[in-house]
This record gives sequence, C-alpha cells and structure tokens, in this order.
Amino acid sequence: MKTMSFAGAIEDVLMKAMSEDPRIVVFGEDVHSIRMNLFAKFGEMRVRPTPISESAFLGAAVTASMAGLRPVVELLMIDFVAVGVDALVNHAAKLEGFSGGRWKAPMVVRASCGGGYGDGGQHEQSLWGWLAQIPGLKVVVPSNPADAGGLMLSAIQDEGPVVYLEHKLLADYWIDGLADGGRTNLDYDIPEAGARGEVPRTWEPIPIGEAKVLRDGGDLTMVSVGVSVHRCLEAAAQLEDRGVQAGVIDLRSIAPLDTDAVCRAVEKTGRLLVVDEDYKHFSLSGELAAVVMEAGITAKFARVCVEDTIPFDRRREAQALPNVARILEAASALRA
Amino acid sequence: MQPNAEALYRQMYKSRRFEEAVTELWNDGHISAEMHLSKGEEGIVAGVVDHVTDGDALALEHRGTAPLVMRGVDLALLIKEFMGLEDGLCRGMGGHMHLFSPEHLAASSGIVGASGPAACGFAFAAQHLRPGKVAVAFFGEGAMNQGMLMESMNLASAWSLPVIFVCKDNGMAITTPSNEVTGGDLLKRARGLGAHAISVDGTDVNEVWRAAREAFVRAREGGGPTFLHATCVHPDGHLLGDPLLRIVRKPVRELKSRVAPLMKAATTGGSSLSEKAASLGSIVGMLGRASKADRQGASDPVEQQRSQLSISDAQRSDLEREVDAEVQDAVAAALRSKEARG
Repeated sequence: MKTMSFAGAIEDVLMKAMSEDPRIVVFGEDVHSIRMNLFAKFGEMRVRPTPISESAFLGAAVTASMAGLRPVVELLMIDFVAVGVDALVNHAAKLEGFSGGRWKAPMVVRASCGGGYGDGGQHEQSLWGWLAQIPGLKVVVPSNPADAGGLMLSAIQDEGPVVYLEHKLLADYWIDGLADGGRTNLDYDIPEAGARGEVPRTWEPIPIGEAKVLRDGGDLTMVSVGVSVHRCLEAAAQLEDRGVQAGVIDLRSIAPLDTDAVCRAVEKTGRLLVVDEDYKHFSLSGELAAVVMEAGITAKFARVCVEDTIPFDRRREAQALPNVARILEAASALRA
Repeated sequence: MQPNAEALYRQMYKSRRFEEAVTELWNDGHISAEMHLSKGEEGIVAGVVDHVTDGDALALEHRGTAPLVMRGVDLALLIKEFMGLEDGLCRGMGGHMHLFSPEHLAASSGIVGASGPAACGFAFAAQHLRPGKVAVAFFGEGAMNQGMLMESMNLASAWSLPVIFVCKDNGMAITTPSNEVTGGDLLKRARGLGAHAISVDGTDVNEVWRAAREAFVRAREGGGPTFLHATCVHPDGHLLGDPLLRIVRKPVRELKSRVAPLMKAATTGGSSLSEKAASLGSIVGMLGRASKADRQGASDPVEQQRSQLSISDAQRSDLEREVDAEVQDAVAAALRSKEARG
C-alpha cells in the first residue's frame, strides 16, 4: 500500500484514465487552473475551461457523451447545479429511458460539496438527496482517498451519468483556494483519515452502490456518507468508552443505495442513526427510514442532519452541520 | 451550387403528408396528449436538412417530426412511437417530444431552448472525433429568450464550434406574441454573442437552402457558428387542438363555458376599471391575431415549391403518389401493430 491525499487520488486516476482513453475530456469552470496538471499534460482540447454557463456546458456534456466522448464535466460547487439542473434532470437522466435503452450518456459531473469552512448557505450545500431522487442519475460521495480513486474510476467507466461529489474538507485545494487564501491562522475540523490515507498499488474500480461497513457494533447502527462518516467514527469511539457498541456504515453511493447493507446491520441492532450533512426533510435520511420499514424491520430511528439554511457564522455553522456532540446526543436518545 | 427543386419538394411533400396522417391519427384518439407538428416549417427544415450528411448531428426540439422524416427515419417507427407502441422508434418510452435516433445522431427534447446546449455538445464531440462534421439546433424564436440558448451561442462562438442555430420564427411564443416579450433584435443579439447571423424567408425553401449552404460550409471549415433566422407560419397553432384556434374556429362551442366566468372576473374587484378594460382588449386582440393567422392560407411553403417545379404534371403526380403510398403503408403498419398488441 501507499498513501495519497484525497485530491491526489482522484487526479492519479484521471491521469491514467485519460492517458489510456482519448475519449475522456474534462471541461467546466476554471479547469485549466484547478486541474493545472491535467491541463499541462493533455492540453486545451481535452481540458477546457468553459464560460460560467452551467446550463450550456452541462447540456453540452450530455450530447458530447452521446456522440462518443466521455466527459468529466466540472461545476466548482454542487450548489451551482441549480443553475443548470435541467441538463441532468430532464436530459442525462432520461436519455436511456426515452431512447428505449438505445442511447446512453456516459458522463461524470464532478463537483465540490459540503461545509465547515464558513462560506455561507449558497456555497456549502450537499444536495445529493436532491439529485439521487431522479431515476437515471447515480450519485457517489467518497469519504477517503482509496474510495475517491476507486469510485472515480467506476464513474468514468460507467455507461450512464454519474454525479461525483468531493467534500471540500477532504480535498485540500478547496480549503486552500476557498477558505485560507494564503492565510495560516484559521482552523477547520478536517478528518485526517479522510484527507490522506492508504490507496491500492493499482487502482481497481469500486462498484457504485456498494456500502462499506467500517465498524461493527451490536447496539446501534450509524449510517453516513462523506465527512460525516468520520464524525460517526469519532462518536463511535467515544460510545465504546461508555460501553456502547456502535457500528458505522459508509454508504459511499447515494444512488443506487446499498439497502441490503443497511438492513442487514439494522436487523441486528434494532437502532438506526442516520448522520447526513444534506437536508433533513425529504431526504437520504428519510429514505433510509423508509427502506428499513419496507423491509419489515422493527427499529428505533434517529437522524442528525442539516435542518435549515447553513449559517455563515462559523460557530452557528458548526452547530448546524452534523458534529460529534449532536451524534452522541441522538445516540443516547436512541438507547433510552 | 443550386438546390435540387424536385428533391426538396419531395422532402417537404413527404413531411406534410406524413403530418396530415399523424393529425388524423391524433383526431381519432390513437395518439395521447400534446402533438406539435412541423406543418408550415417544411421550407426551413428541408432547406437545412438537405445539407446534412452522415456524422452530422441534429439537436431537435418538440417539433422534431419533419427533420427526422427528411433525414430518412423509418416512418412506421415514428408513427408507432407517437402511438406509444413497444415497437416504436423509442419503444413507446419517448413519444413525439422525445425522439432519438442514435444512427442519425438525432436527439430531441421537449424543454424549450435545450437544443442549444445539445448542439454544442454534439459539435464539441465532432471537433474531437469527426472533424468537418456539424451540429444543427432547431428551435423557435420563443426559445431565444431562454438563458441556455443564449449561453450556447456564446459557448459555440468562444469555442468556434461547428453549430448552425436554426431559429424558426412564427412570431408566437406558444400563445404569446414574441415581439411583446422580446427585447432588441434577434439577429443583433446573435451577432452580439459572436455568431454569424442571417435572416431569410422560411417559406422559400430555396432561399433557406442557399443560406444554409453558406452556414454549413463555414462550420465545416472551422469558421464557427451561424444563426440562421427564418420566418414561417404555423397553420395549426402551437399544437393540435390549439386552444386559441379552437375558439376562433368554433366560437360558439368553445366560448359557451368561458364567457360567464370571464365576464364575472372582469366585472368584480381585482384591479381598476381601466386595467380590466385593457386586459379584455388584450384578450380580444389575441383572438383577433389567431383568427387572422388562421385565415392566411397563403405562404404555404409546400404549395410555393410545388408551383415552382419544372417537372411535368405527370412526373409530379408520380412523385406524390409514391410518397402517398409510403405514408399509407406506414400508417397501416402502425395500426396493424396496435391491433396485434390489443
């Protein structure tokens, strides 16, 4: 094994994949600067900065993929998908169905997501539940470098549209560019195991839709994704000190959702705690509750999510996002 | 190079006869919900599609029938798709607003303006994989006020994409007169976004053909996008069963249930008397325009081309009979398939 940063793992996979497959092109906002190494290696025809026109370039990615390219199209932040969401909801997602299965859109939409650095509610959302709701879209959210690389490889190889979300606290360049801006006097709660970690010697695709059990526990099942996975692991360690065995499942993919992995665990523990940085209502957390009920499992349920517009003020922001204290509180309520 | 008048007429006549057959099927209840036909646009579509060759792409909107018919898509497959049959072009999953033919690189969308980004993506792929090939976007002038279309023109100019933006201008954005909701001049707007721009009479297929030829040559040679603006009339309104045309054509039947609530709304509360009078005036004006458009039988692009043919009447009759038979066969095949499926 070797170690890599979260961002480095993604780039490593893209470098290799683009060298092997000339159909892979990267375009989107600022890609010549945020993907400077790819730009230097593959040139402007394959790594092409776009105008700030999400509707146009997301829509163009759909047909470019239909006509033989394999675009990795970049939005700086998933919040901006709202501007061009028609391309995903009404076009990319519908193509396979509309064409009677005759035509597919092998494209990756890559975007940063998530908060924890004080950028305000229009630049820190997760929105994966919003996108995962649409049949035809896959949505992945890696929580560590190994998954980041393996899921990117799967996303590139997939024959349909995949939304690939990288959390800004995990990929170092986002914090450097968006939060620090050259300063060294600010702090962020960056989970070390998420930002840097072991990766395989040779990249293998990680199947989209396969969750990973990170920790077994017979008293309680925590299900999470992205940075919140690390908050869960921290909370689980503290619970163990109190004699509570909490399991942690990293979903890794929101759509398709690994319902089997969740049901298997909850069947044993009878307690499901969803920790989700996305919005609480009409959401991933609600979906997981429904999945467990549909499976006929009797379980107690609690969730720690974002409930309102994320505050700019960093103290209130820290409270609004899932944190260890909120998880511990919800866990003890579930145990009561 | 000059257009082949007979070949263009055959395409236009085929599209017209096909859509007349589709209208009958729609009237008979074989086709559900909305049906937007290209009737009145045949001159524009034929003049453009005649330049399309394999490897070129078509980004279509909700009026994709004529381009696909003229591109040679199997007529029975189209009708079966309109009827929602499992052996239709898209296995009954798309319907007339969502027609896809991968073999022809032709993709439709029912979202107004979406053909702009779609053409850019096709053209971007052409730059990489099929140099010299182009992408055509068809849309109406109503789509010109959609952000994504303006974004696409800018993108196409910035990247010198081989796109031909074909704006079929009938002056009506669904039921709203376009000039009432459009600022500035469309040609100047396109030029402002960096595209070459030209306007032609879309009822004259030969004029469209010549302008399109220039645009195709430019795009194939790497000269970037062209905005080809062409005027036309939609004799059937926005869709079959257009509500405004229904009122105009059968006022007694259509107004019976509408007049009382309308008068009640216009005589009670809400706004001042003068504002209400203005609203009523606007409604009357809207119906007046629909009525006028309905009476304008002239400027039919198919008739116009027919009158300019240099072939003999007998030759023309043969051509028309051949096309008629092709359309009838397709309709019969679709109805047989429906019957077989119960």
